[in-house]
Amino acid sequence: MTTAEWLDIGWVDEIPVRGSRTVQVAGGDDIAVFRTAEGKVFALLDRCPHKHGRLSQGIVHGGAVACPLHNWRISLSTGEALGEDKGCTPTVPVKIDGGRVLICRAGTLKAAA
Amino acid sequence: MEHRPLNRGADTREHLIVIGNGMAGCRAVEELLARDADRYRVTIFGAEPRVNYNRIMLSPVLAGEKSFDDIVINDANWYAANGIALVAGDPVAAIDRAAKTVTTRGGTTDAYDRLLIATGSDPFIIPVPGKDLPGVIAFRDMDDVDTMLAAADAGGDAVVIGGGLLGLEAAHGLSLRGMKVTVIHLMPTLMERQLDEAAGWLLKQALEGRGQTILTGADTAAIVGDGKVEGVKLKDGTLIPASLVVMAVGIRPSVALARDAGLAVGRGIQVDDHMVTSDPAVLAVGECVEHDGQVYGLVAPLWDMCRSLADGLVEQPTGYRGSVTSTKLKVSGIDVFSAGDFSGGDGCEDIVLRDASRGIYKRVIVKDDRIVGAVLYGDTADGSWYFDLLKKQEDVSDLRDLLIFGQAFAAGGGAADPKAAVAALSDDAEICGCNGVTKGQVVSCIAKGARSLDAVRSTCKASASCGSCTGLVETLLALTLGDEVQAGPKTMCKCTSFGHDDVRREIVAQSMQSIPEVMQQLHWTTPDGCSSCRPALNYYLLCALPGDYVDDQQSRFVNERLHANIQKDGTYSVVPRMSGGLTNPTELRAIADVVEKYDAPMVKVTGGQRLDIFGIKKEDLPAVWADLNAAGMVSGHAYGKALRTVKTCVGSEWCRFGTQDSTGLGVKIERMSWGSWMPHKFKIAVSGCPRNCAEATIKDFGIVCVDSGYELRVGGNGGIHVRATDLLCKVATEQEAMDYCAAFIQLYREEARYLERTAPWIERVGVEQIKARIVDDAAGREALRARFLYAQSFSQDDPWAQRAEGAEAEHHAPMARFTPQEEMA
Repeated sequence: MTTAEWLDIGWVDEIPVRGSRTVQVAGGDDIAVFRTAEGKVFALLDRCPHKHGRLSQGIVHGGAVACPLHNWRISLSTGEALGEDKGCTPTVPVKIDGGRVLICRAGTLKAAA
Repeated sequence: MEHRPLNRGADTREHLIVIGNGMAGCRAVEELLARDADRYRVTIFGAEPRVNYNRIMLSPVLAGEKSFDDIVINDANWYAANGIALVAGDPVAAIDRAAKTVTTRGGTTDAYDRLLIATGSDPFIIPVPGKDLPGVIAFRDMDDVDTMLAAADAGGDAVVIGGGLLGLEAAHGLSLRGMKVTVIHLMPTLMERQLDEAAGWLLKQALEGRGQTILTGADTAAIVGDGKVEGVKLKDGTLIPASLVVMAVGIRPSVALARDAGLAVGRGIQVDDHMVTSDPAVLAVGECVEHDGQVYGLVAPLWDMCRSLADGLVEQPTGYRGSVTSTKLKVSGIDVFSAGDFSGGDGCEDIVLRDASRGIYKRVIVKDDRIVGAVLYGDTADGSWYFDLLKKQEDVSDLRDLLIFGQAFAAGGGAADPKAAVAALSDDAEICGCNGVTKGQVVSCIAKGARSLDAVRSTCKASASCGSCTGLVETLLALTLGDEVQAGPKTMCKCTSFGHDDVRREIVAQSMQSIPEVMQQLHWTTPDGCSSCRPALNYYLLCALPGDYVDDQQSRFVNERLHANIQKDGTYSVVPRMSGGLTNPTELRAIADVVEKYDAPMVKVTGGQRLDIFGIKKEDLPAVWADLNAAGMVSGHAYGKALRTVKTCVGSEWCRFGTQDSTGLGVKIERMSWGSWMPHKFKIAVSGCPRNCAEATIKDFGIVCVDSGYELRVGGNGGIHVRATDLLCKVATEQEAMDYCAAFIQLYREEARYLERTAPWIERVGVEQIKARIVDDAAGREALRARFLYAQSFSQDDPWAQRAEGAEAEHHAPMARFTPQEEMA
């Protein structure tokens, strides 16, 4: 349920397993919402720390996504680049309530600003 | 059932009333009696007209492995012997906390000093049409089992909705009782809350092997029938006949009584560490409670709760701190275990062991040197050991390398060095189960000159079949040769010890059908692969099973998923197909209209003689494609590992030097080969004379027309490493040129490695080898050509048209929009 703190963005099932959907933020960058093979949901700013690739368009494997531009692997839970690469994408708190996906309003504004 | 009188006259002890005669209620009373048998006068109210039985054993009763009497925990004598009054079959309908009384549905009112609510949980019934039809039941109590047994006696079809623990146990029981069972599961993986994808896949295979039909990703639309259930209809329109429908999609804490009585209720009845609710006189225990934000649907937490509850009742409070749970599926012959958190994440390390020949998958998840989760399939003997290490939070760093082999191996010899463990094996210990090769044979094979894994595989055959002993063979190589071991062929990626060619060969040899199957059979070390192996496996399966394999969109690179080329600013470029580089006013107008309508900032003529429209937004793509489709254009596949373009010159129709109709031939070849997926991009050109204006000598397949026919050239590349084509052969007719082209494409599709262009492929295998297959072997060539055309009959389906009509709209539209200003207004 949408509250002052949380924004209801839809059903978990609307996000493909091992895939992603985006939330458009007026006046800011998109937020990418991911669903892993294990059914966990994460939200990150839709921008790779490297060359700003759309992470929502990458391949999700394990708990990471591979950026479609140069194959940097970004942790879905921390936004940190994995392996040899260095960089970090802002994360947005997200939770599931009764099958609905809720993202944190304040976190969204902070990340997308 | 004979009841004791409720009025006990002179008994002045505090009266404890228990609502719920199930596992939690009775266990709580047992714990209390064990501490102080005389402290309370106890009355238990139960909804079912029975004594207390073990609900989790209903599955074996259904399966015919046990009878009801076998699963009774406390018979009538227990109640009598302990002076407990049992009111069975007349459920409590209301609680009056002010008066401290409970009233049953039958109208009996009784007063309490302390009240214990142990109402358990209710099955969740999905709100679909037909849910109330006779023949639709849950799987919760003995009545449900009786209904199922009666249905099974009549035979016929049963549908179980829900592929979780309970649903699968119901399906197993009904199947054993002779019904034809279909399981409908909404999620893509069975038991997704307890199992990861790999284990879920193995389970599905095993159940299907036992004759059940398992439909995953299936959403129930309605239950149909006239007066009684006759079938289940899915949202995709499928109708499955059924004379019995079991709903096992989940359970919800049964909180209605507590809520009506004004107690604090969240997801369950909220309790503190001593199982006391918001009213100090009222306690609650079991599946109906919410403790520290958690509700539990398994039996183990209940024992812990009951201990804390009883400690509190006798005023020696200890406190409940929550439970870590583990799960075992009670389906005989199928061993599945899971515990803790297996969702991975930062700092988590997966240790995976797969043994395809024995159908085993083991995965232990370690974080900060401690086990945080485990998923076991096929061999669950060590489940309790892992669970114990997990609960005790023991440091496993010393066991790390041997952990996955289980307790016996990890403890054996005290050697925490896997090399030492292998060195300690006797010479007649079997290393390779598939080919029956002993350690002594492997070592002697190495001593006779096999200095690499490949050499061992090709001489003594160890590790040459399923590959599960690869690690052992590598250890033996290291032990025997030290630093002299030669590195084997490059593996596909870090997820596997196999190279591309091995994986492909096994996919075909074992007729593998899906990515999870390949990962299991070939012992992938990660649960769901990586961005290197997943697209490759998807391609190999697609190539091996034309028409049958269902493309896994999540294993494709973005361009192939969105059928357009992603640009650095996140917009896309769109290239419509113009076969042979020919176009006409209708197409040009449509392109011009799209450029204006969608405000595309740039249009460019490409090197492959196409028009590339830049700067299209992801959400506009389907509309752009619809407009281009309307003018007769289809996807140009400029984004794919696929046939890109057939470039042509004007040829004999217009050019004074032209020797053949190069334009016409180019168009024919493009019409034959568009839409085919390949290991990498593939470019073709047809030049009308040796002046070669179409640059056919730097293409993957190039045709240079001459007076006497057609020179066919292969393996050219104009990229970083420019490579001129090798001459394949010369043919006399257009038809032959097309036949050879189809055969060459298919050979490349079947034998090159994923992401290998034709140039490095030919350099690797040698052009003579290609000539032998395409030119010298006429029957082989014809077979290749036929396989290509067969595959093409499935792949020439314009992906743009499907999406312009609304397919996979979720790839294009944002899930939601967030406008902060409006929100604040």
